[in-house]
Amino acid sequence: MFRSFLPFLRPVPRFLPLILLCFVRLPVAQAQEKPYFVTYSHDLEEPGNLEIETKTALAQPGQSHRYGAIASELEYGATAWWTTELYLDGQATAQDSTLFTGFRLENRFRPLMREHLINPVLYIEYESISGADKTLLEVVGHDGQSDLAEPNGEARREHQHEAELKLILSSNLKAWNISENFISEKNLGHEPWEFGYALGAARPLRTLGSGKPCVFCLEKFTAGAEAYGGLGDTDSLTLRDTSHYIAPIIGWQLPVGRLSFSTGFGLTSSSLDRVYRIGWASELPQVGSWFHSRSGGGQ
Amino acid sequence: MRRFFAVLCLTASAGLLLCAAATSHLDRVPQKDHTRINPLAAHPESVAAGSLVYRDHCAQCHRADAMGDGHKKPPLRSEHIRSATDGDLEWFLRQGDLAHGMPSWSSLPEAQRWQLIAYLRSIQ
Repeated sequence: MFRSFLPFLRPVPRFLPLILLCFVRLPVAQAQEKPYFVTYSHDLEEPGNLEIETKTALAQPGQSHRYGAIASELEYGATAWWTTELYLDGQATAQDSTLFTGFRLENRFRPLMREHLINPVLYIEYESISGADKTLLEVVGHDGQSDLAEPNGEARREHQHEAELKLILSSNLKAWNISENFISEKNLGHEPWEFGYALGAARPLRTLGSGKPCVFCLEKFTAGAEAYGGLGDTDSLTLRDTSHYIAPIIGWQLPVGRLSFSTGFGLTSSSLDRVYRIGWASELPQVGSWFHSRSGGGQ
Repeated sequence: MRRFFAVLCLTASAGLLLCAAATSHLDRVPQKDHTRINPLAAHPESVAAGSLVYRDHCAQCHRADAMGDGHKKPPLRSEHIRSATDGDLEWFLRQGDLAHGMPSWSSLPEAQRWQLIAYLRSIQ
């Protein structure tokens, strides 16, 4: 089935050398973030660093055409306890169209300045997206594959201004990260609150550093799984007609960024059968200091 | 009278802040962490592995020569580091100092934190 999505990836090799060249020429840092696609851990962006990340979802709703959706993310560490992000979303649907589907602004705060067994993070997001958004960055309420099957021409007419709140709880136990997210989302136009969840667990394949620079050594790989789904809304707080997924994940830390893969398996009849995800993240260190240096304020 | 109380509150707040700032972060290390010894100190690859961890995660702020940026990011070749125990450093890496810009490195595997400490000891 993955082969049927290859046409969506065709333009990538054309631009890949250019993209890689940009990052090879620039200094890059290695992020702490786990290779989750939906779940958040309590890892925030290091202060002053800018992470550029893309998350691609490839799927085919039943009775509809396959699609590829991409979320491009700029994530900046404003302080050690506050990370701010901008997402730009788009999608292309086979035998339909390619379109920009909106943007999201999000902020994550760590209210406690110390590391605890369970570390809370508060998440607040504003979304201005159309009904044609298919990035599946979260699943809430009664979201299902029927929402993803609408033709773009119809779906894009629905404009959603939404606020999303998440309570992120995350623990680092031994080499494992275990994260739980509780999601509530509100369409600001008189729609009920919708709820969802995401759970993730991941660990590096080797915890001890090998002592020599390497690309394929086990400590460069992180493996795990995440589960996510909807929990209904305030009008219908039930699991009926909700979507749920379980997705093994793997992340590979390269010298110029982090590559991650996941295949999500739908668990209910409302869910997509499969969601293939590919992620790329590259982190530019101390971006703020570049401007300080140019204005003569740097060291 | 209201102005007097406002000045009093401000003075007391400033005093509390100064007291808090005067206390080193490492003074707050629990005893059980303070006495920990680096289990990888004698491991032959620890320093080399720690130098890679340093390059990937620390050099961006503290500079490749570990001399800091002369401003907010302090040097790591310092009396402060030399006088800290292995346990103090591991605790500090794990906790970070979020209020002052140092992230927590709890998501780095503990073994790599110890390797990093072995490297920091080697450059003093």
